[in-house]
Order: sequence, then structure tokens, then C-alpha cells
Amino acid sequence: MLRAMNEVVPLPAVDHQRAVFQDGLMLDCGMTIAPLAVAYRTYGTLNEARSNAVLVCHALTGDQYVAETQPVTGRPGWWSNLVGPGLPVDTDRFFVICANVLGGCMGSTGPREEMTDAEGRGVGRPWGIDFPSVTIRDMVRAQKRLVEHLGIERLLAVVGGSMGGMQALQWAATYPEAVFACAPIATASYHSAQNIAFHEVGRAAIHADPDWCGGAYWKEGRLPAQGLSVARMVAHITYLSESALTRKFGRRLQGAKAVTFLEDVFAVESYLRHQGSTFIRRFDANSYLTITRAMDYFDLAADCGGDLSLAFKGTKTRFFVASFSSDWLFPTEESRAITRALNRAAARVSFIELKSDKGHDAFLLDEPEFHAALGGFLRGSAEAAGV
Amino acid sequence: MGMKPKEPIRYVAKNMRLDLRLIAEMIPDGARVLDIGCGDGELIEHLTREKGADARGIEIDMAEATRAVAAGLAVIHGDADADLAHYPDAAFDYVVLSRTLQAVERPREVLRQMLRIGTHAIVSFPNFGHWQIRWKLLSTGRMPDTDTWNRPWYETPNIHPCTLLDFMVLCEQDGYAVDGWLAVDEHGRRAPWRRSIRLANLFGEQALFLLRRKG
Repeated sequence: MLRAMNEVVPLPAVDHQRAVFQDGLMLDCGMTIAPLAVAYRTYGTLNEARSNAVLVCHALTGDQYVAETQPVTGRPGWWSNLVGPGLPVDTDRFFVICANVLGGCMGSTGPREEMTDAEGRGVGRPWGIDFPSVTIRDMVRAQKRLVEHLGIERLLAVVGGSMGGMQALQWAATYPEAVFACAPIATASYHSAQNIAFHEVGRAAIHADPDWCGGAYWKEGRLPAQGLSVARMVAHITYLSESALTRKFGRRLQGAKAVTFLEDVFAVESYLRHQGSTFIRRFDANSYLTITRAMDYFDLAADCGGDLSLAFKGTKTRFFVASFSSDWLFPTEESRAITRALNRAAARVSFIELKSDKGHDAFLLDEPEFHAALGGFLRGSAEAAGV
Repeated sequence: MGMKPKEPIRYVAKNMRLDLRLIAEMIPDGARVLDIGCGDGELIEHLTREKGADARGIEIDMAEATRAVAAGLAVIHGDADADLAHYPDAAFDYVVLSRTLQAVERPREVLRQMLRIGTHAIVSFPNFGHWQIRWKLLSTGRMPDTDTWNRPWYETPNIHPCTLLDFMVLCEQDGYAVDGWLAVDEHGRRAPWRRSIRLANLFGEQALFLLRRKG
């Protein structure tokens, strides 16, 4: 990490555990990025047969610290209610791997890391806006390198929600032999126009922030805090539902009983501002631009002439597809479409829509039925795989 | 399937619901099975564990589907009318529809889909030709109210009742071979009128059919 960056990026310098591949990675855009660094964490023990590995894929602003204290924020791992000893993704039984995505900002190759030239030599400044376009498939290829590096030929399961679900689907489509079971949660096989639109609002907020400096904020010693914060606020609304917002905040005011028309702040505003301001302390704006673009590009069926079932033709992988009833970002219909495509491919698939009023965020929260179903799916898969 | 046409179906009672036990008996080891209206997956779990079948299910009730998935079974939330069209031809050896045909929107289309995606279909339904139904309708002039048909006409989910004979006619009309049939009572116990379809139609509370695609 460059010293200059540490002065402008308010993320503490953390020594992330990572695997570095000197030969790099050829990206969908045609560019090769070398060396390739994949920051990752593992939990549990890999068994002798190397057959109990479960890869967890994180969402847009997630990271590899799935089941432990996040070193930057000090908060518990984002899926620590689901991944751990005795939990549905049982680390007493499974060897759980979670990697920071390509383009991320927690140690994997991305806009915050030092730029390299065609020969793989560092050029003494971060990639910033010059970081190439990456796709969900590029992220998955990078994870595949890590999995091979760990000596694992076949993953027992790939599990992920939201953008993590996109990666899980991409894994099953690209490396069917390497995925015994696949659990895409609260996701879709493509990013919808509405979702792209919301992402674009976030990107526009970052672009419009004078502190973004055309992407070279690291050079100017500035930070597009306002823009990144607004992007997070908009995105956060899409992660919730109207009923969840009403239940949590209603029309309550922050620190007042009635509207006075004097600088009143509704509780929901205060909550969103808090979400925005904490986000800028843990996420890089150029990473946000890179990863939202990768999600926007995602369209698994487009790679197969528009027929999603062809992406899974002849697959032996077993699937668990789940959606949440109040999720309007990745609505149930998208999960049902994935399920039907898998049916057309005669794949072994389970699908349920879980009742929740918590919106897209539900996949991260304590949803007992979801946890029971995913746990059952993994236990059944382990049994079938002889683990 | 070692069964000769029209031969009555043997059954052995164990712990499973009796009608499901009868159905399980008809399915050979290692078969690919789709159970439509699988509930919490009792039949597919049995077929998977006991017969090494590749058994999957569709269930319309979300709570039941969730229980099945939590038990590690390949069950999707869906329904017979909407979801069968998405499976490829001959994807299964057996497609099972137990006590559901009378409740689907388009029973004929559902049957057609079953025998498109499966080489065999196993169908059970409550027999509307049972003597009690005939008698109640004749004697009271009101819609029958029996153990099987126990919901008033305005709220029954059973919108397409038929008799054993009606079903036979439809199979004939649509070109399905009847490889076996059985009339059973409400608890799934085999009824003794297996030699005569007309007696079965009068005394059987539930009908169970094994169909095959011709040709």
C-alpha cells in the first residue's frame, strides 16, 4: 500500500491475508492484470479429501471478513449469524473460504492498490480510475485461482447473496465440475434496468463531487465523501422495503415531538445520513464505481444467446435458490426465472420465497426459516457428496 | 416396471402415509421422479433414501416447501398449472400427482405435461362416483358432504371433480396407456373391488392410476 494513499483514505492500513499470482489474470475486457492479489479469509479445517470447502461470495460492499470482526470497522462479520461453529454454514464441518472481490478495497487487486504496467511492475501510484473494467466472471476467475491455490479441486458449495449470488451462478456456469452445490440467494441472472438506474444515481453522485477530482482524489489528498455517502444512502433505500422503513422510523422526528418547520430531521433521514457517513470510512469510491459497473454488466443468459438454461446445460450441480417476499431490488420473479431455467436444464433445484418485510437486506439478517433451509441444503449436499 | 396392464397393485404397509406407500411401491430403484404437490417431501425423502431415486418435488404451500428444503430435499415452490411447462421432455421416469388433480386449474393440460416430461405418470384423486356421493346428491338434492368432499361448494379447492370412469375416458381420449389402477379407501387401504371398474367406481373413495405414454 502506498504511503500517499494512507493519508487520504481514512481506512486504517490493514495487513490483509492474500494470495498473489504473479502471472496475473486476463480480464473479459481483454486486458491482463498482473500480478493478481486475492485477499481472503478461511474458517474451519480443510479435510484430508479436500472435499468440505464452501466458498462464500460477498455482496457489493461486503468483504472477506464474513465471520469475524471486520478489522476496519470493528463490527462483527457480515454473515456471522450464518457462518460459524454450529451455525447453518457450519465451520466445525466445512472449510469456509471468503475472498475480497477483484476490484474491491480490502486487499484484493483493485483501484486502491498499486497500479502495475504491462510487465507487472509497480508504477508507484494507485490504479484509481485507470483500473480496468471487470466483470462478475473476472471476479469468479480470480476466486478460482485462489481455490486452486488452496489445493481444492471441487468446492462442496458456493454460497452468496445479492452480488454474491451472481458470483455463485457464474461459478456454476463457468466451472460446473468444480461446484457440487450452489446457493444463489436474493439475486438475479442479470442486472435489471431499474437496478442499473439506481447504481447510476450513486455513480453520478460520486462523479459530481468536486473532491472526486476526476477519480484522482488520492493524488489531491481529498476524498469524495459527500458523493460516496449519497451513493450509499440511495443504495441503502433499495436494500430496505417501505414497510420496514415505516416500521422502523415511520414519520418520527429526530429529537422532537412535532414538526416545527425549523431544521426538523426525520428519523429516517438521520438513519440514512449515518449509513452514508460510516460507509465512507470503510469503502473506496473508485472501488464502488468499478464493482457497481461489474454488476450492471452481469447477464448470464446473454452469454448463451439469451437462453439462461443453456448456461446450466447438463449440469450435475445441485441448486438452492431463495428470495425474500419484500425484496424489490432482486424480486422473487428473478429467482423463479432462475429456477425455471434450471428446470429446463433438468438440474436438481430447490426454490423457496421466504416471507420477510425487511426487503433485500433480509438475506443478511436473522431469518430463521432462511437459515434452516440453507443449513438443510448444505447438510443434504454434504451427505450426498460423502462429506 | 414389472406390472402387467390392469393388474392390481400390491402394497405393503409401513410407517408412511398409506397412499404414498402404494405409490412408492410402483416406482423402481434409481428412478428419476417428480412429485407434484409433494407436501413436506415425505415421498421423495423415502424414494431418495430407500430406493436411491433422484426424486424432486413441487409444492404450492410455502411453509411445506420450506420444511422440505430444510430437510435437504430438491423441492421448489410452484404449482402444477404453471411450472410443469418448464421441464424438458422425458426428464423423469415417473411423475406423481397425488390427491391434487381435482384441484388444478387445467387437469387435462397437467396430465399432458406429466406425460410429456415423464414416461410414466402416477395419479391419485378422490372418486366423485363413490356411492355415498351419488346417494347424498340423489336423496338430499344438495352438494355431497362426505369425509373426502368436506368443504362447501363455494370454498372447495376441488374445482374439477371426476369419477374413476371419467378419468378412464380421458386417458383413452388422450392416448395414455393405463398400466395399472386401484381403488382405495380414504386411508389408502386397498379396496377389494379390483376386478370390476364399475364396482370400483361405486365403492372406491380414492383412485390411483399408473399411466404410460403410448409409443
